Parts: sequence; C-alpha cells; structure tokens
Amino acid sequence: MTLEFLGISKTFAGKNSGESVHVLENIQHRIENGRFVSIIGPSGCGKTTLLRIIAGLEKASSGSVLLDGKELVQGTEEVGLVFQEYALFPWRTTLQNIEMGLEIRGVNKDKRRSTAMEYIKTFNLSGFENRYPRELSGGMQQRVAIARTLIMNPRVVLMDEPFGSLDSQTRNSMQEFLLGIWQKRTDTILFVTHNVDEAVFLSDEIIVFSKRPARIIKILKIEYPRPRDRTSEECNHGRRNVLKILEEEMKRKESVHENRRDIL
Amino acid sequence: MKKERFLIPLLLILIWQGLSSLQVIPSYKLPSPIEIVLGFKDLLMVGVPPGHLLHNHILYSLYRVALGYAIAALLAIPLGLLMGWSPVLLRMIRPLFELVRPIPPLAWIPIAILWFGIGIKSAAFIIFLGAFFPILLNTISGVLSIHPILIEAARTLHAREKDIFLKVLLPGAVPSVFVGMRIGIGIGWMTLVAAEFTGVKEGYGLGYMIMTARDIQRPDEILAGMLVIGVIGLLIDIGLRAVELRMIRWR
Repeated sequence: MTLEFLGISKTFAGKNSGESVHVLENIQHRIENGRFVSIIGPSGCGKTTLLRIIAGLEKASSGSVLLDGKELVQGTEEVGLVFQEYALFPWRTTLQNIEMGLEIRGVNKDKRRSTAMEYIKTFNLSGFENRYPRELSGGMQQRVAIARTLIMNPRVVLMDEPFGSLDSQTRNSMQEFLLGIWQKRTDTILFVTHNVDEAVFLSDEIIVFSKRPARIIKILKIEYPRPRDRTSEECNHGRRNVLKILEEEMKRKESVHENRRDIL
Repeated sequence: MKKERFLIPLLLILIWQGLSSLQVIPSYKLPSPIEIVLGFKDLLMVGVPPGHLLHNHILYSLYRVALGYAIAALLAIPLGLLMGWSPVLLRMIRPLFELVRPIPPLAWIPIAILWFGIGIKSAAFIIFLGAFFPILLNTISGVLSIHPILIEAARTLHAREKDIFLKVLLPGAVPSVFVGMRIGIGIGWMTLVAAEFTGVKEGYGLGYMIMTARDIQRPDEILAGMLVIGVIGLLIDIGLRAVELRMIRWR
C-alpha cells in the first residue's frame, strides 16, 4: 500500500494560550508499496507526531495522508502502530495481548486463539504464552508488541523507535528478526529511529528530518542488497552520508542561535 | 512463620495474668486472660443476653455488613470508573462528594434512624456510607493511574469506547479498586459495631452484644467480644487479600 503525505503541518496549541509549538512543517513525500522506510532526525523533532497522525491518534493542522491515493480514514484497519515503550497491557498474558485486536474485532475464541498461537510460534514466544509482560525480557516484550500489531494484518506498519530501549545485542537480533518477518509480508513499514546504524541496516529509504519544526531535508535511497553486513564498506558509506547531513543540520541551528544572540 | 513474633505478646499475657492473680489489676476493671477465655466460653454456650449465642451475633453482624458493603461496592465501582473516564463527570460530581465525605459515618446515625428506623436498614446505611467513599475514590484514582498510552494502544487496535471501558479501564483499575475495597470493609466493620450500639431490633449483633455485657457488668465478656470483633475483621481482610492476590497476579 502506498503512503503519501500531502503538505502535512502540525502545530500544538500550548496550555497557556499564545504558546503554541510548531512541530511539523509541510511534510510532502510518497512511499511506495512494500518499502521499508526510516525517518531519522534530531530527538524531539516531530517524528513521533507524524506517526501519530498517520495512526489517527492526532489530527494534522493542515495537509493530508493518502493510502493508495485515498484520504486516510481515522481508525482504519489498514494502519498499525508499534509503540516505543511496548505499551503492552500488563494484566494480559502474552497470548491475551496478541489476541486483543482480534477480540475487539469480534473474532470467535477458537479462531483467535489458533491465529495468536501461530504468531507466538513465528515470534519465538512459545512457552511464554501465559506469562505476563513484567515476566518477559525487553526483546520479548517488543516481539509481543509487534505480533499484537501484525496479527491485525495492517498494510502499513508504523514503528516508533521500537528497539530504542534494548541493549545493542538484542537490538541487532531484533532488527534481523524484523527484516525476516517483513520480507515474508508485503507491508509498507515506516520506522522512526534516531539510530543511524539501525536506519542504514534496515531501510530501503531514509528520510532525514530537520530540527523542530521538522521538514524533510533529505531523502536517501539505500539500495544495497540484503542481507546486509553492518560493517561493510557500503553500510559505512551510508552511515557517513546520514551523519554528515545530521551534523550540518545541527550546525545550521546553532548558527541561527548565535545570530539571535547578536541581535539581542 | 517465625517463632519470635509470638514472643512479646506471650510475655505480656503472662505478665498480665501474673498481675491479675496477685490482684494488682482489679478483675472488675480488667479481667485476667483466663477470665476472658472463660467469658468467651460463656458467650458461646450461655449467650448475652442469655440464649443469644455468639454465632448468631456474628451472623447478624456479618449480614448487616454484607448488605451495606455490597451496595457500596456495586454503586462505587461503576461510578468510580465513569468518573475516572469522564473529566466532565469528575468535575461535576466531585465537589458534592468532597463535601459529604468528611462527615463521619457515625454522625449519620440520627438521620439514619429517622429515615429507616431502628433495624438492619439503618445499620446497612451506616456501613454503606463508611465503605462507599474509599471504594469510589480508589476506583477513580485507579482509572486515572492507567497510562494513557495503553488507551492509545487499544485505539490503534480499533477499540471502541465500550472496549476501552471494559478491556482497559476496568482491568487496569482493579488493583486500586481492591485497595479501596479493603479500606472500605475495614471502615464498614468498624462503623457496624458502633452503629449497633445505638440499638438493634433483632437483639443480635456483636456491638449490641458487648453493650449488653456492659449493662450486666461482665467485663470478661466485653473483652472476649472485642477480641472476636478484631479477629473477624482480620479474617475478612485476609480473605480479601487472598482474592486480591489471585486477581492481580500480573503485578
């Protein structure tokens, strides 16, 4: 499913009137069906806000999102979101968490149990079906969270720094795991991260955001074949490119600040 | 279970018994432990007033508590969920409750008797008042303590308001609801005994029993009755805690 942003801007009204925060500035881009696309940018720049708009948790101040050319309907089943902090229901077991969406959809118990068990197998969670989230490691919790989203069969999967709080070993293996899952499906993935290494390893395309208010400053195609080697010359090259762009962006802002100081 | 936890109480009882046997403590003010045990036997076999045996007092008291408490829980839990869910409702109802809540349940006794007469309805009403607010307030704070991201997670799984209410707010509030229910039953049990001091129609009830024991000058039976009240309160709490542990294993 293609995902298209038509001039999306977002301004949050401040709590005290007059203090509004401009987060997204005219985001315009088209993501082709089945692509793995990462968004990278300085922290707090508005990456998460864009995902929340696509997921229907937030409304854009202006502009619109198109799915296969049609305006996004809020709460559409075509879109799924994986949260940064897993957001598992702590009172539900692994199995019950994964089943939640089907339960809401009204799928009967036998059907949803058997579907959830398939996901538990694919996501290497066998033996942990009846454990509660607090009993699972970070990597496992994130697999539950991804399974809970994918079981709904969304055509566009949004992921908000899903591996941000994992240690680097687990993070690497989760990245490989995610690629393995994605290559068997035809979903479009939009993946937010602030980890350059991760973005280069995973993506077909990297969108680089500026500082707030976020604009797209660069779109990089990463066309190395998979499986990729993190330490290869190609990956290093990709990382260098992204880092350079980000560095320039940081500098640009600093100079703006300096100018302002001069004026003052 | 460690043995040393019984050491101090046992020692105190021995000293108490010794002082009583030496008649340092007058028995008409504070009966000795042995006298209290005998008083307990009288409560069981003879009854206060005679013929009104202990187990019937207990059953009547429990019945009054169960009635008032059940009504309190059945009203407070759904109302608390709604108030936690809807900020408007919370703002609208809260001031009223904040006004009524500091009134001690026992201060309601005169008006309860005026409204319901002497009998189970009055007692149940007093217990209801004691139990209602802790359950309500804890249910509200239970809902408010649920991380908003869980509600959003449910929304991204296409939950409707009904699903959010039943599958997120309700289970998420359970630990806090139980805290409220335990505080509520504690207050309910305490107010019951006091409420029974004011009179019971049926001639049964633990509060009524110890007041009657006072009228007939039986401090041994008063103290035995007090111990029974304490032990039953403890048992109720243990029972509720056991249910609680089963319900919130996920914590």
